[in-house]
Amino acid sequence: MSRLAARFAELKAQKTKTGKQKTALIPYVMTSDPSPEITLPLMHAMVEAGANIIELGAPFSDPMADGPVIQAAAERSLEHNTSLHDVFSVVAEFRKTDDKTPIVMMGYLNPIEVMGYESFAQQASACGIDGVITVDMPPVEAGDYVPALKSHEVDPIFLLAPTSTEARIERLADVASGFVYYVSLKGVTGAATLDVSSVEQKVAQIKQHIDLPIGVGFGISDAESAAKVAGCSDAVVVGSVIVKKMTLNDGKTEPERSIIIKEISDILSAMRSAMDEEQ
Amino acid sequence: MTQLIDKSVKQKPESVDYSAMPDDYGHFGVYGGVFASETLMQALDELRDAYEKIKTDEEFQKQFDEDLAQYVGRPSPLYFAERLTQKVGGAKIYLKREDLNHTGAHKINNTIGQGLLAKMMGKKRIIAETGAGQHGVASATVAARFGMECVVYMGAEDIVRQAPNVYRMKLLGATVVAVESGSKTLKDALNEAMRDWVTNVDDTFYIIGTVAGPHPYPAMVRDFQTIIGREAKAQMQEQCGCLPDALVACIGGGSNAIGLFHPFLEDESVAMYGVEGGGLGVDSGKHAAPLCAGSPGVLHGNRTYLMEDENGQIIETHSVSAGLDYPGVGPEHSWLKDIGRVNYVAATDDEALHAFHTLTRVEGIIPALESSHAVAYGMKLAATMKSEERIIINLSGRGDKDINTIAKIEGIEL
Ligand SMILES: Cc1ncc(COP(=O)(O)O)c(C=O)c1O
Repeated sequence: MSRLAARFAELKAQKTKTGKQKTALIPYVMTSDPSPEITLPLMHAMVEAGANIIELGAPFSDPMADGPVIQAAAERSLEHNTSLHDVFSVVAEFRKTDDKTPIVMMGYLNPIEVMGYESFAQQASACGIDGVITVDMPPVEAGDYVPALKSHEVDPIFLLAPTSTEARIERLADVASGFVYYVSLKGVTGAATLDVSSVEQKVAQIKQHIDLPIGVGFGISDAESAAKVAGCSDAVVVGSVIVKKMTLNDGKTEPERSIIIKEISDILSAMRSAMDEEQ
Repeated sequence: MTQLIDKSVKQKPESVDYSAMPDDYGHFGVYGGVFASETLMQALDELRDAYEKIKTDEEFQKQFDEDLAQYVGRPSPLYFAERLTQKVGGAKIYLKREDLNHTGAHKINNTIGQGLLAKMMGKKRIIAETGAGQHGVASATVAARFGMECVVYMGAEDIVRQAPNVYRMKLLGATVVAVESGSKTLKDALNEAMRDWVTNVDDTFYIIGTVAGPHPYPAMVRDFQTIIGREAKAQMQEQCGCLPDALVACIGGGSNAIGLFHPFLEDESVAMYGVEGGGLGVDSGKHAAPLCAGSPGVLHGNRTYLMEDENGQIIETHSVSAGLDYPGVGPEHSWLKDIGRVNYVAATDDEALHAFHTLTRVEGIIPALESSHAVAYGMKLAATMKSEERIIINLSGRGDKDINTIAKIEGIEL
C-alpha cells in the first residue's frame, strides 16, 4: 500500500472526541523558504505538531495560480536557486528518519517538462515523494504525464474547483489517485473568506463520482476554519497562514530558524486540537 | 516512454493543412493546448464555446467588419515606400500601415473583436495585460466605447518606459495597476491579470493582447488579426497583380506577425520572416528571442518556445522595446518554426534604433520601436533581393509612445 493510502486508512480507524473519523492535516511549505537549512527540521517539527501529510512546494518563476504570499515564497526560494534536485534531496534526507509521513510535491509544469516526465517520475519516486500536484497540468493534457508517474508509483493528484462541472469531475475519476485536492475558493491561494456550507455541498458532489479522499485547501486561516472544514472533508490543507511566518527573519542562523519553526508548530498544534475536538 | 517533444524532428511534412490548426484542444502540433489550473477551466470552456459560436455568426462578423471600417479606419493602406526602396537598393518595400489605425497599432483589431465578444457574453468588466501599453490603450478604448469597467495590469518597469500610454489609459477611464512581482514586465502583468480573472470570473472578460495564453486565445486572437494579411493580399493583387515575395513582421507574442502571415501560409512562393527582439545580441544572452535561442516548455497556459534556464525557470528578457520584452511566443509560431514554414530571426536594439531613425527621416513615418525591428530586418533582406521582387513589412504601430525612450537614449530631456 502507498504511504498516502496507508495514512488515510490509519486516520479512518482513529476517532475524534465526538466519535468521527480523523481528518488529515496537510501543511504546505515551499522548499528552501526562507533558507535551504530550514526545510528539513521544519518538516520534522510539523509532523511533531500534528501534520499527517506534508505538501512541499517546488518554486516556479511564474506562479500564476498563487496569491502574493506564495509568490513571495517562490521568489525567496529561487534566490537560493532551488531546483527540483533540491526538493528531491531534502525529501531523501527526511526519509532517513521518517518513512511513514507521505510527501506530496506541489509545483508548476515547466520544471518537470524540462526534466522530462519519465526522469522526473523516476527521481521523485526514488527519493520518497508519494504524490505530485502540478497546478497547470489538467487531465486533458496529461496523456503522457499520468502513466509516467503511475509507473513509478507516484500518485498524480489533481485539483477541483467550485466551478468544476460534473463532466470534469467524472473525467478526473479516470486519472486521479492518492487524493483529490478541492480548491475551496474562486481565486488564488491566500484569498480571504470561506463558505463552509458550499464546500460541504461540493465535496458531497465530488464523492459521488470519485472514490478517493478529498482534501480541501485555499482560505483556511485559523483553527476555527480548519475545524469547520475538517467536518466535511478527509484532509485540510493550510498554506498561506504558515508561509507568512517565513518573513519573520531570513532563517540563516539556528536561533532564527527556531523562531519560525516554533510559530508554525503552534499554529498547526492549535489546528490539530480544534480539528480533533470539534468535529 | 518516449519524450513528448522530439527535438530532432524539424522538417516540413509532405502537405500541411494550415486551416485545420489548431485541433479541438488548441494544439498546433505538440504546441499550444490548455495548461491552466482547474480554477480557470470553466471560464476557458465558456470562452471557447462563445468563440466557436461567433466564428460562423453572421451578425457578429458584420458588426466586427463595420467597427473595423467605421471605428478603426480600415482598410489600412499598403504603402509603397519608394524612397526607402531607393535607399536600400533591392526589392521593392511595401509597408502595411497598421500604425494608421485608431489608437496607433494593430492591437485594436483584436480588442474590438474580444470587446464585442465580451458584450455578447454579458460581461461588465474588462481586464488586460500590457507591455508597450498599446494593448492596454486599445482595451481601455473599447471599454470606454462599450461602457465597461477596465483594469489594465502593467509591469512597473514598463510603466516608466511607456509613460504616455499610461496617461492615455487613465484618460480613457481605465485603472492601471503597477505589477511589482518578478521582472516587472509583460510576463508578470499577464500572471497578475490571470489572478484577477480567476478571482472575478463571473463578471470579468480577460482580453489577452497577443496570440499566447491557453486555448482558445491563440486561435481567437489570430482570427481577429488576419484582417491584416487578408487586406494586404488583396491590396498587393490590386496594385501589382501578384503575390509578394516576402513578408516581414516583428514578434513579441506574435499577433501582428500571424495576422499578416496566416492568409499567405499556403502560398509557397511567399517567404516569411518573424523578427524577434535581439536586445544586446542573441549571443549576449540579453535578448527576447525564444524562437532563435530558446527551447520548448510550458508557460501561460500553452506549450511553446521559451527563454528558460536548465531548471525550467523563466529567465528575464531584454529588449529596448517593451512590446517585444516577453520570454514566450504564440504556440502557432513554434509550430511554424519546427515545420520550417517561417524563418525566425532577430534584430538587435541598435539595429532597431537605426531603422527607427531611417524610416522617420526617409519616409516621414515614425514607427513604433517594436515595428522598427521588422523595418531593420526588412531593409537587410530587401538589399539581398532583386529589384523586381517585393516585400511587405508590417508596420504594426506608430512611434509616438516611444519618443521619451528615444530621447533618453539620445541624452535629450523633453
Ligand atoms: C506596435 C506593436 N507592435 C508589435 C507588438 C508585439 O506584439 P505582437 O507580437 O503580438 O504583435 C506590440 C506589443 O505591444 C506593439 O505595441
